[in-house]
Amino acid sequence: MLDKPKDAVLDREFKVVGSRPVRPDGVDKVTGRAKFGADVSAPGMLIGKVLRSPHPHARIHSIDIHAALAVPGVKAIVTRDDFAENKKHKDVLCNIMARDKALYEGHAVAAIAATTGAIARKALKLIKIDYDILPHVTDVDEAMADDAPILHDTMITRGVDPAPEKPSNVAQRFDFGHGDVEDGFAKADVIIERSFKTEAAHQGYIEPHACLASVTEDGHGELWCCTQGHYAVRDVCASLLGMEVSKLRVTASEIGGGFGGKTTVFLEPLALMMSRKTGRPIKMVMDRDEVFRASGPTASTSSWVKVGATKDGKITAASAEFRYQGGAFKGSPVQFGAMCAFACYALENVKTVGFDVVTNRPKQAAYRAPGAPMAAFAVESVIEELAIKLGIDPVEFRLKNAAAEGDTSSYGPKFPRIGLVETLEAAKAHEHYSAPLGPNQGRGIGSGYWFNFGGATSVSLNVHPDGTVALVVGTPDIGGSRASMNLMAAEELGIPYDKVNTIVADTASLGFNETSHGSRVTFASGLATIEAARNAKNECCARAAMIWEIEPDAVTWEDGCAKPAGANAGNFEPMTLADIAKIAEKTGGPISGHFEKNPAGAGASFATHMVDVEVDPDTGRVEILRFTVIQDAGKAIHPSYVEGQFQGGAVQGVGWALNEEYIYGADGKMQNPGFLDYRIPVCSDLPMIDTVIVEVPNPGHPYGVRGVGETGIVPPMAAIANAISAAAGVRMTELPMSPPKVLKAIDDANGSA
Amino acid sequence: MRYEAPDTIDQAVQMLAEADGLTRVLAGGTDVIVQLRSGMVEPDLMVDIKRIEAMHAITAEGGGFRVGAAVSGAQLGEHEGVKALWPGVVEAVELIGSTQVQGRATMAGNLCNASPAADSVPALVVAEAVASIVGPEGRRDVPVDEITTGPGKTTLAKGEIVESILLPARPANSGDAYLRFIPRTEMDIAVVGAGISLTLNDDGTCAAARVALGAVAEVVLLVEPAADALIGSRLDEAALDALAAAASAACRPIDDKRGTIEFRTKVAGVLARRAAVIAQTRARG
Ligand SMILES: Cc1cc2nc3c(=O)[nH]c(=O)nc-3n(C[C@H](O)[C@H](O)[C@H](O)COP(=O)(O)OP(=O)(O)OC[C@H]3O[C@@H](n4cnc5c(N)ncnc54)[C@H](O)[C@@H]3O)c2cc1C
Repeated sequence: MLDKPKDAVLDREFKVVGSRPVRPDGVDKVTGRAKFGADVSAPGMLIGKVLRSPHPHARIHSIDIHAALAVPGVKAIVTRDDFAENKKHKDVLCNIMARDKALYEGHAVAAIAATTGAIARKALKLIKIDYDILPHVTDVDEAMADDAPILHDTMITRGVDPAPEKPSNVAQRFDFGHGDVEDGFAKADVIIERSFKTEAAHQGYIEPHACLASVTEDGHGELWCCTQGHYAVRDVCASLLGMEVSKLRVTASEIGGGFGGKTTVFLEPLALMMSRKTGRPIKMVMDRDEVFRASGPTASTSSWVKVGATKDGKITAASAEFRYQGGAFKGSPVQFGAMCAFACYALENVKTVGFDVVTNRPKQAAYRAPGAPMAAFAVESVIEELAIKLGIDPVEFRLKNAAAEGDTSSYGPKFPRIGLVETLEAAKAHEHYSAPLGPNQGRGIGSGYWFNFGGATSVSLNVHPDGTVALVVGTPDIGGSRASMNLMAAEELGIPYDKVNTIVADTASLGFNETSHGSRVTFASGLATIEAARNAKNECCARAAMIWEIEPDAVTWEDGCAKPAGANAGNFEPMTLADIAKIAEKTGGPISGHFEKNPAGAGASFATHMVDVEVDPDTGRVEILRFTVIQDAGKAIHPSYVEGQFQGGAVQGVGWALNEEYIYGADGKMQNPGFLDYRIPVCSDLPMIDTVIVEVPNPGHPYGVRGVGETGIVPPMAAIANAISAAAGVRMTELPMSPPKVLKAIDDANGSA
Repeated sequence: MRYEAPDTIDQAVQMLAEADGLTRVLAGGTDVIVQLRSGMVEPDLMVDIKRIEAMHAITAEGGGFRVGAAVSGAQLGEHEGVKALWPGVVEAVELIGSTQVQGRATMAGNLCNASPAADSVPALVVAEAVASIVGPEGRRDVPVDEITTGPGKTTLAKGEIVESILLPARPANSGDAYLRFIPRTEMDIAVVGAGISLTLNDDGTCAAARVALGAVAEVVLLVEPAADALIGSRLDEAALDALAAAASAACRPIDDKRGTIEFRTKVAGVLARRAAVIAQTRARG
């Protein structure tokens, strides 16, 4: 036995896990040496640019590329004709290059590779496209109306019995819940029912999408790109190009932010196709404008929530309907929204319905806890209002109804060990909760939930002859995960943090890894790292046993050394990892450990946020005065990066709550595709975001880790809405709660204009 | 595109006057380079004025200050004399962009870019600042409120360059202030801007006032009825209410992604009121 049993997680004393060393990728990033998507070039490289539809909805009759192709310096043009039909990735294919119709403003219709960007840009203007402009729809409620323009005449709503006969913009209906909500509402003393809307927000990563692709005459491809999941990029691109997977090697660059938005392909298949056509490397980089118009923001939503409770604060029933538009293709995260909506509560009677809707907007991509924040905005607003109406402290009200181990979740499964109650208790005990407030100031609370995922994972760990360790993972580091991997490997092997060097391998060098999403990396690659290290330790013990000429199970690993397991095993000097590694060649060859699996047992993470705002009653401007994030991390491997995730989620939530939004004109075109008018918070907009790490270990991970990357964006919008309500006496039900909207609500409430 | 960086204003004027096609003066470039990169303008000639030594100077003149057209926001913000005399103008210029932008952006560029939302312009208008213009026909001095005629449009003729802006002397017991509304705290464009300059009598009543509003019309508006509401008063509640009402009444904004008509109209009054109180405090010394 090498280790204590897993259920001893709570008692475990960690040596390096839980410390805060500098991240290994930090120096390169602050000195500018780190290579991001656009930072590589190749000899003979061409520059690729994309022509995008100016219309939100139009049939494409013909594409004439002759004039553009004749421009000196233009080497290749690709259009829909270059890509064969693809059943498996039908929507992805249609999204990266429009087929019979352009489905949103910004939809790619052609791409050009030329010797310079200027030539490519000039040639784009010479491509002649004959469009037949169609009526469009960008609002989710309008898209569901009977007379709405239909995007796909083959879209028959799934999940409805009997199946509708006519096509619509509703791709699917989802239902979750248990009990009888009507019965439950009948038992309620107080019921609150409200409707909400949220606008689409973009992940706002600073680094635009970029790639460098090269396909040789004999059909081998290499691709360098900024992505959260290079294996997924490989599989999709290989399929779209009709390549064998083994012939395409994808390397993930350093990433300048993803937040879920870099989990799909946009430019990559176009660059590969143009490289195949020209035999030359193709580099493509999006402009910010393209990032906004044509990558994947999150869904905009419309929802209705009804919750009832008894006078003593017990929720008797909760019901909600969510309508999410995910752009021009099915797959909005409404299912997750409907599942997470009431996950914080132990409910006898609960029902949620979700509608996945298509509109003439770019295809949504994941954004931190996809779907959950919009649902939480609606639900947590109603929960707070209900608590206030009942005269019960909002944290107390949540505690009275909080989900805990053994409760049936609102979407079905029973919860294992979870930490919501602990976050609420920590909120109640926090000094922030009772700090005094001034005039026009108010405090709001919000709780939130996200599942977290496991997923396919491969890790390989190589022990070098000098006793240092190379850890090879396949999950791009999007939040400091190399530091956490180093810590877990060091902990398990009993060596210092800086003796481990983690790299993210390319797709040809390591087995499959699912994308870095679902807050899965520290959990799944972490688990795999620990298992790979255990694997290597076993081998080290076997080598020591061989040297000492005792049985392998008579050797144990302790404090970074192989030791005889007990007095009976014999009396030998402990051997360090370095001692064993130095002579590995003579004891059987290189020592390594590896692990491949789909680890189940990802632990859900709950959070409770507390925020103070001041509302300017004359301008409607909201200032965030104080913000405290309390979240269950299971076990914080590197507390600074856990805090960073908490803070980042809160900040993106502040942006979504107050100012970020996709603004569409009546013409169906986005009006603010830049950081000037798409307003993410700037530093001076924010106070220091305080954090409290709660640690309720996840039984599914050897160190108790839960993913922490996503839950942090779930509660802020409701918490801020609740704070605005407390400060200004107005209940805001639409995001963003921008100054014109807040001022109007205040003026309407005062009966003046 | 041709880029030139002459050493004298005469050379610069000559280059611009003789050029065919589209020309642009390049000061800090924080507007024009952004426009260039986004494909909004494709000039054939850019004439950089930053090599012209004299345009970097701030000089005392007749109790006021002459500010060269190449003086950056950061440089102006460190000038004690200008700060003491026209704090509202300096605070307006300092609102432009961020620390990085401040190192480049100029007041003259802010004026000549002719955005109705330009932050320094309402402050310059209430200060009765005068632009000194050099062109192929010689020199002329023009009050700043006669420079812009609409978004992106100025009264500058081909080859004309603003060489400097004169911030005039002012009577004792005077103060000015500029406030703008943006949804965030920086790096944003004014949704509404309000500049106020006033002079108090010895008894504390308002002897003279000027009120200008930005981002509520196609040009910066000088609102005389709003100034009249202050003159003769001690800026009591009634006078401030009248000021706010007159300011709001003068607005003819558009509904756009940055704000609604209703919002801009109301907030113009709110900011005018707040700026007036700051200007009064400064005038009292
Ligand atoms: C990130 C960012 C934030 C910003 N924030 C603000 C803000 O908060 N408020 C605000 O008002 N503006 C803002 N701006 C716009 C810009 O910074 C200002 O308008 C600035 O004052 C322009 O000065 P400049 O010297 O850079 O002008 P330039 O870009 O060099 O020139 C602007 C225009 O004026 C012309 N011009 C310049 N100088 C002269 C001259 N002497 N004679 C004749 N024509 C001339 C140019 O040809 C050009 O058309 C921002 C810009 C950026 C990039």
